[in-house]
Amino acid sequence: MQSNRYHAKCEGDCCSLCCTRIENLGVTKGHNVILENVNIHIHCGELTAIIGPNGGGKSTLLKALLGEVPYTGKFRFLNSKGDRSIEPVIGYVPQHLDFDAGIPASVSDLFVACLSKKPAWLVRPGSVRKRALEGLRKVNAEHLLDRRLGALSGGELQRVLLALALHPVPNLLLLDEPVSGMDQGGLELFYSTVAELRHNYDLSIILVSHDFDQVYRHADRVVLLNRTVIASGTPQQVFSDEKTLKCFGITGFFMGGGVPGGKEGGEG
Amino acid sequence: MMLQAWYDIVEFLLPFEWAEHNFMKNALLAVLLVTPLFGLLGTMVVSNKMAFFSDSIGHGAFTGIAIGALLGGLKPLVGAVLFSVVFAVVITIIKNKSRTSTDTIIGVFSSTAVALGLILLSSGGFNRYSSYLVGDILSVRPNEIILLMVSFAAVVTLWVLIFNKVLLVSINPSLAASRGVNTLLVDILFTVSIAVVVTITIQWVGLLIINSLIVLPAAASRNVTANMRRYHFVSVAISMFAGISGLIASYYLNTPTGATIVLIAAIIFFVLFLVRRKFSH
Repeated sequence: MQSNRYHAKCEGDCCSLCCTRIENLGVTKGHNVILENVNIHIHCGELTAIIGPNGGGKSTLLKALLGEVPYTGKFRFLNSKGDRSIEPVIGYVPQHLDFDAGIPASVSDLFVACLSKKPAWLVRPGSVRKRALEGLRKVNAEHLLDRRLGALSGGELQRVLLALALHPVPNLLLLDEPVSGMDQGGLELFYSTVAELRHNYDLSIILVSHDFDQVYRHADRVVLLNRTVIASGTPQQVFSDEKTLKCFGITGFFMGGGVPGGKEGGEG
Repeated sequence: MMLQAWYDIVEFLLPFEWAEHNFMKNALLAVLLVTPLFGLLGTMVVSNKMAFFSDSIGHGAFTGIAIGALLGGLKPLVGAVLFSVVFAVVITIIKNKSRTSTDTIIGVFSSTAVALGLILLSSGGFNRYSSYLVGDILSVRPNEIILLMVSFAAVVTLWVLIFNKVLLVSINPSLAASRGVNTLLVDILFTVSIAVVVTITIQWVGLLIINSLIVLPAAASRNVTANMRRYHFVSVAISMFAGISGLIASYYLNTPTGATIVLIAAIIFFVLFLVRRKFSH
């Protein structure tokens, strides 16, 4: 794990890579403190997995980064010299689409709506179609271009959304529990695609996940979030941390040697 | 005058008895301008499950007309449009900010608006305004057709400019926000355009059936379409077909025009509903 050694060496500053810094972030809804004092530092090219119990604020953190939920503290994206924060392009793959499954919108319509100024109800621009096909090819989904959104399986929809999130190529990619409703084959394909992307594009990826097995195998860093950062580090460090075990109430669960298995279900 | 050209065209193209009267020529032009708008806006009203919302907009417009009538001076329509726009904006903002169920919020506002409208109108002699409940498209006057032309141009332009954003917000608000869409603003523009179209046309279509004209063509269209272009095209086509054939049928059958149009649209809906399996992708 060469990349881990490299990043461990320069923990704390950006060491000539671009990076994302979340400093002292807090979110309060009414009288409820959802998140407080959250500090996360992500280098480009890293896949950071956020795990934590339900209601621990994982999805809220993503919503704050998207600007949907007001927050206190700082969220900065620094360029490679680490001296200037820029406005990052954020790609987002939602947990699930809560849309009307009967809507007559095709995958192509979704790409036109995102990538073109011309209205999807009037035209179908060839240039956007070409870009959409290229994007879908990267996630093995080019055959889905003219399918209706409501007719896609969970896994197919997630891959389409991933392809969409890469147009334009983002600085920061937010994936919210992208595995819900996916079969094992689709899951494997999704994670290998994501892992490949971060090397090819030098992306920072934040992944909210319940699938510890996949997190253990693919994440560079893991952050355990329960209102604040409880533990963070490499997957090995976090999964063997006593606080992690305590948080999920399963003593010794991860200690059985090698790759921990099991999935935690439910909403984030 | 512009309308004279229209009369000449109709007389040349449609040498039928129903097309001899000027009020039918006016009504035909009004139908040609209004039904495409219902077909267009209806697509996203249906996809966003906003049928109840657009219904309550009609109720807001009704109250607006009452307030406009009471204020006098200005035409009732100006007051009505202003009121229903404010009404639509307020509901949209509350809907976005509150955790209460959308249905409940709309229900509360809608019934309040109707009650207020009825009380205000009864103080000024209700019968004068009862036409707003049923509507009469044959009463369209030439100067009102100009207003319809302006609304037509405005709504089509708006739909070209904001449709992609409306679609994204409909599919997933967070996804839309991540792509720089101001979701609340898009929501407001969309609901305001519905409010304006409904308020302007309510005197010819009537409060009781205006919502059916928005919902039915789109609801029928989605039975047999799988992408946005066909969805819109079929919806507009159904809306216009029902409008024109309803107008002509009502002339010969001596039935209320608006209700005849709705009935034809409803028949189309049921037919397409029955054949929908053949089109599912």
